[in-house]
Amino acid sequence: MSAVLLNDETKKVLITPLVNDNPITLQVLGICSALAVTSQMSTSLIMALALTLVTAFSSAAISAIRNHIPSSIRIIVQMTIIASLVIVVDQLLKAFAYDVSKQLSVFVGLIITNCIVMGRAEGYAMKNPPLESFMDGIGNGLGYSLILIIVAFFRETLGSGKLLGVEVFKLTKDGGWYDPNGLMLLPPSAFFIIGLIIWAVRQWKPEQTEKVEFKIMSIAHGEGGHH
Amino acid sequence: MEAYISLFVKAVFIENLALSFFLGMCTFIAVSKKISTAMGLGVAVMVVQAITVPANNIVYHALLKEDALSWMGITGVDLSFLALLSCIGMIAALVQILEMILDKFFPALYFALGVFLPLITVNCAILGGSLFMIERDYNFGESVTYGVGSGLGWALAITVMAGVREKLKYSDIPAGLQGLGITFITAGLMSLGFMAFSGIQL
Repeated sequence: MSAVLLNDETKKVLITPLVNDNPITLQVLGICSALAVTSQMSTSLIMALALTLVTAFSSAAISAIRNHIPSSIRIIVQMTIIASLVIVVDQLLKAFAYDVSKQLSVFVGLIITNCIVMGRAEGYAMKNPPLESFMDGIGNGLGYSLILIIVAFFRETLGSGKLLGVEVFKLTKDGGWYDPNGLMLLPPSAFFIIGLIIWAVRQWKPEQTEKVEFKIMSIAHGEGGHH
Repeated sequence: MEAYISLFVKAVFIENLALSFFLGMCTFIAVSKKISTAMGLGVAVMVVQAITVPANNIVYHALLKEDALSWMGITGVDLSFLALLSCIGMIAALVQILEMILDKFFPALYFALGVFLPLITVNCAILGGSLFMIERDYNFGESVTYGVGSGLGWALAITVMAGVREKLKYSDIPAGLQGLGITFITAGLMSLGFMAFSGIQL
């Protein structure tokens, strides 16, 4: 079964979004609602799971009816499918994980306008069969989850000395050695961490580096650039 | 009155949608290369935000809220789980109508803003504004203030960002940070700047 499920195409759509074509660091999709939930690991995990499921199922559903959607109203149709799935997720969270759903506040609802979901529906699911689209949704969801988890890992450990609520560094106020970095819990740190992750990925995979618009010319004559 | 001014200042500076809630980030990063386009998009977001937040407020209070249908004689119905669907539908429809109105009556404005309008439907700042309005249970007056204020805050953030990026392209940036990387770090620094407003209370 697994051999049938994981043919080359499915493997490709599942693996490439992780690093080589990551939705956040390369395609610039779905940063919107994500960063605000990363100050804690638990909320990030729930958010990552919710987004992965919504992307996968909406891609599969849209792909299944792709030949019946008139192209002029496709955006509305996609949006309705996505919004219905998000409502299901939202209600499930409210029923089974009420505290987390309170912390995530509006950000569960914002999965509707998360560009990853729409982007994959429009860019992949409209042209490919349901199973591949489902896998593509899972793959992109995982690529997003990976970044979310990395950011949450740094923000929660450095910001409050805990991971998933379990103490990692003993804080000074409890007689330990670690003085928590409060900045990590505030919004700016998420931007910095994403920026640094992008830098690290591009150092590792130089082909992702963007072209420079204006090249700075070094002064060829006169040693050491004396003016 | 004072409460409204306070809410307005809070929406523009302290709880800036782009820089402290990360809403509308995709367009914030993608369309902030030039000041003129950034300003165009900012104005479009502000207009749409100022219309959709109050509109969603009316729909929510008249149709969806618990027992809201009592004016029709139906009681005990709570449709608030439909809020997500109705908000996004409302936004998509209003943007479409706005596009047609601009096209018919204000062609010049349509050419300036027209390209940005479809982008706005999927801008999370718009949906986010409406969802915050529902979550915080604003009344109609507050929703108007919040809509205008949060839209203005977003417009301000993207215009400032475009200004920084226009200068930034002449800087010598490490290869890996070029483009997206340095944009994020800049946004982080701006967000840090906006945090300075957080002590302000009116």
